[in-house]
Amino acid sequence: MSDSLLSPVPDDDGAPFWQYAAHGELRVQACADCGELRFPPRPCCPHCHSFASEWRRMSGRGRVWSYVVPHPPLLPAYAEQAPYNAIVVELADAPRIRLVGNLVTAPDAPLNSVPAQRLRIGARVQAVFTEVDGVSVPRWVLERP
Amino acid sequence: MPGIKDATAVVGIGQTPFAKHLPESEKALACRAILAALDDAGIAASEVDGLASYTMEETDEVEVAKAVGLGDLTFFSKVGYGGGGSCATVAHLAAAIAAGQATVGVAWRSRKRGSGPRPWKNTTVQLPTPAQWTRPFGLLRPADEIGMLARRYMHEYGATRDHLFNVALACRNRANQNPAAIMYERPLTREMYMTSRWISEPLCLFDNCLETDGALACVLVSAERARDCRTRPVYVHSAAQGLPAQHHGMVNYWNDDPLTGPAWTAARHLWKHADFTPEDVDVAQIYDAFTPLIPLSLEGYGFCARGEGAAFTEGGALEIGGRLPVNTGGGGLSEAYVHGFNLINEGVKQLRGTSTAQVPGAATCLVTAGEGVPTSALLLRS
Ligand SMILES: [Zn+2]
Repeated sequence: MSDSLLSPVPDDDGAPFWQYAAHGELRVQACADCGELRFPPRPCCPHCHSFASEWRRMSGRGRVWSYVVPHPPLLPAYAEQAPYNAIVVELADAPRIRLVGNLVTAPDAPLNSVPAQRLRIGARVQAVFTEVDGVSVPRWVLERP
Repeated sequence: MPGIKDATAVVGIGQTPFAKHLPESEKALACRAILAALDDAGIAASEVDGLASYTMEETDEVEVAKAVGLGDLTFFSKVGYGGGGSCATVAHLAAAIAAGQATVGVAWRSRKRGSGPRPWKNTTVQLPTPAQWTRPFGLLRPADEIGMLARRYMHEYGATRDHLFNVALACRNRANQNPAAIMYERPLTREMYMTSRWISEPLCLFDNCLETDGALACVLVSAERARDCRTRPVYVHSAAQGLPAQHHGMVNYWNDDPLTGPAWTAARHLWKHADFTPEDVDVAQIYDAFTPLIPLSLEGYGFCARGEGAAFTEGGALEIGGRLPVNTGGGGLSEAYVHGFNLINEGVKQLRGTSTAQVPGAATCLVTAGEGVPTSALLLRS
């Protein structure tokens, strides 16, 4: 499977994100004491220094903050789908939390399923989930396709 | 505290040829550049007691010191974050010499990025953070990561591809004056730029730096000793590193304002310790792995206000005779991409009056390291 899309390689702090993703839930780490959301996940809260954290469920709604359309040279599995899009989404529930992902026409659709000319900053999107090599990862679909 | 202002000077610079492929090893190229810089300074290798380079430098101090016959080393330092560390190598030596921890310092970078592997192709050694949040989604290369910031910047401030072309063109025009530059005999036109292939939209081929084999080095001593050297001293007037609060490297999408990069942090320290201001800078060497880094850096270092960096490039402002001539050797875009070290040596050449695209009477030069990663910068003066 050397030519497949890359799977996430979680660290200790990020592992819960992927575990929740496996259940189709988009959750973001929050401080259990002061409540501040943080991303990427970290061992302690930069605001109050608490090591206690919880994972807060997000609605999955967001807006495209920016995007690129990569062309080769790329890793083989990505070159096969190029040009495709990679987007940054700011979450409606927490605009300062931004996730990198891909805008697709359906959860299992390829990374190039949305034509590049349809991409625009500010577009409303919704998180969906798909499996890559047995790992559930978020994808994004337009709220109004 | 006395600080480092004008306490040290660059008295020697050296470089190898630049090419897509050089036959020698990175180690051999490093030795050649260092020996050339020492020869330029007229200082014996045995007098060197300080070294500084990048954490990405493959040849370590032990190998360099043994190969070129350095003396007993009492200070050696390596700076991280790729091209963000370029100016910091000189800054660390300046601090060490000013503090008495070394007397003759050498900074260097040797890299076979032209014929060697592209770092992003390595999928076996991937740090889980932050790669788990970006790479699975096909954000694979630095061009993709910076392209994301560039698109947002263009959206927020009305910057266009013509602005990015202005940057590419200024660098190419200077390279066309520099026989050592990879692009010496290769002029660039707007037509070529606008019809070139995409790398990661909105960035095309000419928005990306070269892939080069080559090495450079410079020699630093105290200002007092510099007066006895055979070259015209180029003083380190001010120096800074910058890692802003909550910054996250090249994928800096996760703080309040991703477009306020490390340049802003470095700049505050740099100007605070300087006797002059951005208006007094005669020429600048601004890190240009990608064209959008120049407008972002122009804003960060205070040459214009936030959002005005793109417009600043209009009307030939970056060309010789413009408001701020930049990258007068051709930069990473058109001279050589050696993690920004050629920008340091070009700054020295300008203040010696020996650049191939000399700015008449240049007495002050800003040199910057990579924006978008923890960075560094130098203010040089003659
Ligand atoms: Zn907290």
